[in-house]
Amino acid sequence: MSSYDFPDARGRFGAYGGVYVAETLMAALDELNAEYARAKADPAFWQEYHHELKHFVGRPSPIYHAKRWSEQLGGAQIYFKREDLNHTGAHKVNNTIGQALLARRMGKKRVIAETGAGQHGVASATVAARYGMECVVYMGSEDVKRQAPNVFRMKLLGATVVPVESGSKTLKDALNEAMRDWVTNIDSTFYILGTAAGPHPYPMLVRDFQRIIGIEAKEQMQDMLGRQPDMVVACVGGGSNAIGIFHPYVDVDGVRLVGVEAGGDGVDTGRHAAPLSAGKPGVLHGFRSYLMQDEDGQIIETHSVSAGLDYPGVGPEHSLLKDIGRAEYVAINDDEALKAFEDCCHLEGIIPALESSHALAHAAKVAPTMGKDQIILVNLSGRGDKDINTVAGLMGITL
Amino acid sequence: MSRVAETFARLQAAGEKALIPFITAGDPNPGLTVGLMHGLVDGGADIIELGIPFSDPMADGPVIQRASERALAHKVGLRHVLAMVKTFRETNQHTPVVLMGYLNPVHVLGYEAFAQAAAAAGVDGVLTVDCPPEEAEDLTAALVAAGLDPVFLIAPTTPAERVREIARLARGYVYYVSLKGVTGAGNLDIDDVARKIAALREHITVPIGVGFGIRDAETARAISVTADAVVVGSRLVQEVEAATPETAVEQLTRLVATLKAAIR
Repeated sequence: MSSYDFPDARGRFGAYGGVYVAETLMAALDELNAEYARAKADPAFWQEYHHELKHFVGRPSPIYHAKRWSEQLGGAQIYFKREDLNHTGAHKVNNTIGQALLARRMGKKRVIAETGAGQHGVASATVAARYGMECVVYMGSEDVKRQAPNVFRMKLLGATVVPVESGSKTLKDALNEAMRDWVTNIDSTFYILGTAAGPHPYPMLVRDFQRIIGIEAKEQMQDMLGRQPDMVVACVGGGSNAIGIFHPYVDVDGVRLVGVEAGGDGVDTGRHAAPLSAGKPGVLHGFRSYLMQDEDGQIIETHSVSAGLDYPGVGPEHSLLKDIGRAEYVAINDDEALKAFEDCCHLEGIIPALESSHALAHAAKVAPTMGKDQIILVNLSGRGDKDINTVAGLMGITL
Repeated sequence: MSRVAETFARLQAAGEKALIPFITAGDPNPGLTVGLMHGLVDGGADIIELGIPFSDPMADGPVIQRASERALAHKVGLRHVLAMVKTFRETNQHTPVVLMGYLNPVHVLGYEAFAQAAAAAGVDGVLTVDCPPEEAEDLTAALVAAGLDPVFLIAPTTPAERVREIARLARGYVYYVSLKGVTGAGNLDIDDVARKIAALREHITVPIGVGFGIRDAETARAISVTADAVVVGSRLVQEVEAATPETAVEQLTRLVATLKAAIR
């Protein structure tokens, strides 16, 4: 797969991606694209990025052998890439550092962000505090309710959290509102987009800032085991943690890449958030990709126990990887994810994020069908502290 | 000559500027839209911009967002919008209708199928907010082949080289977005708009309409000094929102008449 080189100059990943935004944003996206091209070629930029990842985030994140769980499942050996150990508790900060450094290069003093589970909002508020920038985070009012601890975290870090009341009051509406802010404050403001989606160049630059996950993993697997995994599994909402770990593996033969979408109540019920499993290509939020939509092209409301996966679209590179058959995409339902959440707590002493629990559930599902000498690497993209209220609620417990 | 071009030619000959009111199809309910369109014409509308409801109107302020939500509560989709235009055309063959909306409802129908259906319904032009020239090649070709005018936005942030590219693709008129912001915003700078329009005329040969943030007769008049057309959207949608279904047509007609009188 050495010919894999996306996106093209127009931001296309095959038939996906592109720049589908209102005219007012075009100049800002061109400016961002040009600045990123300069930064990309500037060793000092990457030096600072890596310095921050090491000293502020705590990278490299370890690889961990989930021995007890693997033994219980009786098949493949499951390893975790521990993005949950990052400062702020998830992979999101890899990207917010990169984008904040870009914002600083561009002289922007104000950053905005959208957030679903609140992890990207926290990671944005964190870097804004770190670099002395004003930060406004848009969050669907439904998510504000179900992710109260993260809302408070953002406020502690000095950010303003704006609850979004329009539409379904979740991540997609937060993204709409962030775009509206950006178009209004385009001269002063840098939009820190949280996932590998949106108009070009965002899917590319978010991927480039998240690739560190896969780059480290490749090296660590070689050092630890002298080989690469048979399968890499990651959850997919917008798809930033997945593309981060997948991308360095795309041209490695013999490594299956599996993205796990949120199946909600079940893909066949229609109440889910799995556009790659059950959607059709369409255009939303500045890019073309698989999308959950009705026959009129209206975006369908999504359902998932995990706020971070509750998004009707998916990053364009995943649509391409699906179409060319380089990655497979499956769905895990809410109840399967919750079972994996509990097993991970009990068997490994790790409370995983509900998002990551979808990837864990799929690994637990397929491990028994594989040989004991085979290896599954799961991107444990975040920790579950933020989810304890949700999980307690599902157990009928009030904290 | 297209219906849009004819309209501008007629107005120019009379020394008049065009008033282009915008309403969202299906707001407040689908049964009222055709009546509201006729009401706009009675008030003095020269061209009608008819909004296609969309679940995620990223470029719109709260007023038009709510209009979209009201229409979607009645499940009004693009096919219904085309049916409304067809009904409107039964009794009005002279007022151009330009559909304005987001790309996905058009994308899902297919560009050629949409263009043919829109032309057959009596639509004259199409403005897809989130489809800049870079992505518009296929859609523009389909529209032009069906005899429809592709209408493009130009923003205060659009650099000269992009203006030239838009000039190459645009038919009917171009829509100058008068401010950095969403529809219905309140930070319009009339002098700045006048300077921008003068600069645009170096490249743009079709008429230039101006919209976003024009909320009253006085602003409409000031804008019409330099623009060929004045687009008023959120203010009218607000009127529809405040009215009862019984009074909406009458109220809208009266407001449009005030605006038209101001720019005549």
